[in-house]
Amino acid sequence: MAMEVTQILLNAQSIDSTVRKQAEENLKQFQEQNLPGFFVSLAGELANDEKPVESRKLAGLILKNALDAKEQHRKFELVQRWLTLDVSAKAQIKAFLLQTLSSPAHEARSTASQVIAKVAGIELQHKQWPELLGALLSNIHQLPAHTKQATLETLGYICEEVSPDVVEQDHVNTILTAVVQGMNSSEANNDVRLAATRALCNALGFAQLNFSNDMERDYIMRVVCEATLSPDLKIRQSAFECLVAISSTYYDKLAPYMKDIFNITAKAVKEDEEPVALQAIEFWSSICDEEIDILEEYGGDFSGDSDIPCFYFIKQALPVLVPMLLETLLKQEEDQDQDEGAWNIAMAGGTCLGLVARTVGDDIVPLVMPFIEENITKPDWRQREAATYAFGSILEGPSPDKLMPLVNTALSFMLNALLQDPNNHVKDTTAWTLGRMFEFLHGSALDAPIITAANCQQIITVLLQSMKDVPNVAEKACGALYFLAQGYEDGGSSSALLTPFFKEIIQTLVTVTHREDAGESRLRTAAYETLNEVVRCSTDETAPMVMELVPHIMMELHQTLEGQRLSSDEREKQNESQGLLCGCLMVIIQKLGSSEQTKFVFMQFADQMMSLFLRVFACRSATAHEEAMLAIGALAYATGSNFIKYMQEFYRYLEMGLQNFEDYQVCAITVGVVGDLCRALEDKVLPYCDGIMTQLLKNLSSNQLHRSVKPPIFSCFGDIALAIGEYFEKYLVYAMPMLQGAAELSIHISGADDDMTEYTNSLRNGILEAYSGIFQGFKGSPKTQLLLPYAPHILQFLDSLYMEKDMDDAVTKTAIGVLGDLADTLGSNAGPLIQQSVSSKEFLIECLSSDDPLIKESADWAKLAISQATSF
Amino acid sequence: MAPHDLRRPFKRAAISDQQRRRELSLLRQSQNRRDAQQQARCLASSILSLNSQNPEAEIEQNDGEFETSSETDRESVTPSKDLDVRQASKLKGAEARKWFARQLMVPEWMIDVPNSLSQDWYVFARPAGKRCFVVSSNGTTVSRQRNGSILHHFPSALPAGARTRNASGTGQSYCILDCIFHEADQTYYVIDMVCWNGYSLYDCTSEFRFYWLNSKLEESGACSPPSHYHRFRFCPIPVYPCDQNGLWTAYTGEMPYVKDGLLFYNKHAHYQTGNTPLVLVWKDENCSQYVIDTDSQGQIPSQQQVVLELQNDGKLATSDDPPVVFGCLDRDFIEKTGLHPGILLRFAVSDGGLSFVDGKLENADLNYLGKANRARAFADSYSKVLFQYTVRHSPLKIDELLAAINSSKDQEDKPRDVEMAG
Repeated sequence: MAMEVTQILLNAQSIDSTVRKQAEENLKQFQEQNLPGFFVSLAGELANDEKPVESRKLAGLILKNALDAKEQHRKFELVQRWLTLDVSAKAQIKAFLLQTLSSPAHEARSTASQVIAKVAGIELQHKQWPELLGALLSNIHQLPAHTKQATLETLGYICEEVSPDVVEQDHVNTILTAVVQGMNSSEANNDVRLAATRALCNALGFAQLNFSNDMERDYIMRVVCEATLSPDLKIRQSAFECLVAISSTYYDKLAPYMKDIFNITAKAVKEDEEPVALQAIEFWSSICDEEIDILEEYGGDFSGDSDIPCFYFIKQALPVLVPMLLETLLKQEEDQDQDEGAWNIAMAGGTCLGLVARTVGDDIVPLVMPFIEENITKPDWRQREAATYAFGSILEGPSPDKLMPLVNTALSFMLNALLQDPNNHVKDTTAWTLGRMFEFLHGSALDAPIITAANCQQIITVLLQSMKDVPNVAEKACGALYFLAQGYEDGGSSSALLTPFFKEIIQTLVTVTHREDAGESRLRTAAYETLNEVVRCSTDETAPMVMELVPHIMMELHQTLEGQRLSSDEREKQNESQGLLCGCLMVIIQKLGSSEQTKFVFMQFADQMMSLFLRVFACRSATAHEEAMLAIGALAYATGSNFIKYMQEFYRYLEMGLQNFEDYQVCAITVGVVGDLCRALEDKVLPYCDGIMTQLLKNLSSNQLHRSVKPPIFSCFGDIALAIGEYFEKYLVYAMPMLQGAAELSIHISGADDDMTEYTNSLRNGILEAYSGIFQGFKGSPKTQLLLPYAPHILQFLDSLYMEKDMDDAVTKTAIGVLGDLADTLGSNAGPLIQQSVSSKEFLIECLSSDDPLIKESADWAKLAISQATSF
Repeated sequence: MAPHDLRRPFKRAAISDQQRRRELSLLRQSQNRRDAQQQARCLASSILSLNSQNPEAEIEQNDGEFETSSETDRESVTPSKDLDVRQASKLKGAEARKWFARQLMVPEWMIDVPNSLSQDWYVFARPAGKRCFVVSSNGTTVSRQRNGSILHHFPSALPAGARTRNASGTGQSYCILDCIFHEADQTYYVIDMVCWNGYSLYDCTSEFRFYWLNSKLEESGACSPPSHYHRFRFCPIPVYPCDQNGLWTAYTGEMPYVKDGLLFYNKHAHYQTGNTPLVLVWKDENCSQYVIDTDSQGQIPSQQQVVLELQNDGKLATSDDPPVVFGCLDRDFIEKTGLHPGILLRFAVSDGGLSFVDGKLENADLNYLGKANRARAFADSYSKVLFQYTVRHSPLKIDELLAAINSSKDQEDKPRDVEMAG
């Protein structure tokens, strides 16, 4: 059955593209003609020590890719294919793979490790390959070092691949024992020790029980801590990685070790090489993440049922932790602000300092202020930058009371530094710090404003001036203005402060978008985003200036559509611009279209805008599509029923959007736009409904579409029914069974992790919104009796939701509303059914006394509707 | 198992503007969906769907209706041929009646003078005529009386009120006005604005609603004289702050309409459906033709009549929430007459009258007269019974209202006690 594949595999890596293509073609044919034979040949090639390492490695990679794919749908197909493959072929393949672990060729071993893990990922789930772990672990102590290394590596990959619940505790114990022994300082071979350390990192998720056992946990922690002192850099780095993983997985078990860990990390941060020091800092960032989560969730109140208490590790370590982090701030790299991918110890330390501030609040301020005061005026730019960065980092977390006096003092210093400091790095950080001041300490929620009539002009002048600086500084200045504008978004009286500068702000931002170097440091994006925010905070007084911006933005969008024969770089740039311009237009549509004062004049641009959007669809770029689609939704809402005139042309792009499974964001947004259209066009949307409904039903049946799009599709059914009323009749026979099926699935939340619970609730909400729309759509029509057969199931669904007790507030509100809609539309015909349901009694009573006004409102409605349906 | 990438966002906002645009769009869409549903659940669609059943017949009947009694009385009389139509579609009719009766804000009768009249209250002269809801939607306008019957079905210059070529605004647009139709000049006097151009004012203070009413109604052209696309004129009502001048002007001033009492609105009150103590009605012979209740023939009965609801346990209660109990029917009587709970019954207040202890009703001497008119949706409210009772015995006079304003003014002017420290 096997076949000689060496030459083909070598040819497939040839530099000669003809040879390569021929070889790829051969492989494809072989695979299609005889899949088991193909796999066995590849495994045999990988296992054969007489073959060249290149062909062996490729053979392994092809096998690995035949077992797994990123895309869910494809992955499922591959798993099914493997499970149904001829058993003897599979046995042969697995034997070859295990055999390869003893190969002297490192690359062959490593490839085999990964393939074994993929096979295990499929088979252990189905209780197959029971002898695998035994085979790997049985003789691990007698093996030669290189086989031991490969075996540990394989165990690591397996732990990464399979979920902890398919491995029995006995096996977990043996795996952990082997791995931890491999990490021990008594292990002389560094390759083995490294493989073991890396394996432990993946195996930690399996060790719940072992971490609850004091003795075993002490042992694991000791070995990990010792490994952080290994002479081998990679082992040290990997050991710290284990500590990071432990900090998030076993936060509540760390207390006895924190003192030692602090000493180890402090030493690493101070003295060790960067990759190790970065992991050491990450440990503290990770502890901050944990404590911020706990404190946010329980608000510091642990008397109740919070299962993980906060140990306040950060607060306790504060006096030593903060100086350690401040030290790192002085280790900046010259060009880190121009390099998007940069990550160094100063950046990691600064980020950690910000997290510490969020964790402990006010307590950090007195520990950081002396550092700032000492360094901020020093001749060495590193000291000025570090001081500024430290100040910026602590602006989120401590209370406004504590920060306000400091910010008021620092503000004019910072404004001055932004224009005068000779160093770009310092200016970059200064502009960022100003942005943080406005983000966290400016806005109508705060009592005393830091921006006043007295300093507003200076602030804006400096920021606009700074937008002419080098791209990275200009980008941060845009960011600062973004947050400044955001503070005025709610249109309070103080927003009038901006009015005198509004025109200049808009002009400057537009000029920035035209800078030759606006492509660097994402300056162009930042300028448009700030422009959007400025538009959002415009007032009646400044609206005319936004209006003047409209033809300008449309012209720019027009120009991006004119360019021809572009290089791929230019096209990418053009698509980016289109996305930004469509995004900006969308914000303007929402703003000017929502006010009666501006709407009329603004609507004169609607035709032109729409034709531009349609042309954007003709260019194929997902980002631009998404933005244009969002803009069209906003336009439809503003236009109302007159939008019908665009429908004929727009419809095919709408359909295209609904079919775009690959960029599911585009699909999701298009579904939302269908809702906008329904509300704008009402019954005029009818001629397009056949097409839309067909596509939506197809989408629901597809397992290729990202699941997050499905709940909005159900909601969209409701939008359509509400718009076209009884004409929804012809879709009932398709839509109702789908809703019913989904409803049944959504009753029991299995697996119940947070993601799943959230998804299930959004699914329920979509289903219920569909029912609401359908009932309300049919209300008053002679055809309401068509809905009667569905009523028992719907009431049963509501009852089950109530019994399960795991609805969120949004679902509760929608569910009780559906009860009212059902009663309202079906009236006395459904009276007896309603009276039998639990929902109309306990559930309704609970909702009537809800604290949530939206639930209460829906419940009042349901009560009224039910009393009418049952009183005759 | 390669080392994990541990880069974190650096000098970046936590959320991109693009993500914000997405989220704001979603927020807008779900808000709009909620509004659309809410609208479907609320008035406009109910009115139109009921309306589409048999609008012609209803208009006809109403044209022939002759008003015999004050409309501030809940006992609105419907001609007998209406009953036939209603029997044909009994369910809808009753449903409609209850529904509409519930949608209006119903003033309590002023049985004593609220504090701070001059600071917190408005006053205006109520036009005599039919209280109704005017709803414009989908290119047509419908007015419905409190009992759910249609008064007029007509085009108007209200937003979405007529199918005109230049009708702008979205399909969602609609208005709901609380009006009194004044027969003599065929004008709808707008006493409150509930929704305007799709924008709900339910949760706005009356201060705001009156402000909005005055600025928007005029703008819309609804106050213009009748024309082809605008069958009836609408008119806002002069509303005064309830100080001495305001009260005196409302009471004695010349109005373009016949007055039927005074209405008092608390400035801070939202539009609340059903009985509310934050809107009050008051009358005397000078400002109303209908101070004392009339019967269905327009005659003042010699004894005060009240309508009460029979409850499960035989108790007789008012329409208030919670209801006030006036008495009890005995079981035998209920069984003999076959009366069922929920029915509205008419009683006369006999010579024993009403007696009070600590301001609470202690005893009522009632005499059973029979079932109330079918068109009634609710029993009388406590404040109405009491007002009617006092009108017959010791009415609350305009002088007392003026005096109340004066005394609160006096209090304001009076210097406050200051504790001396020197």
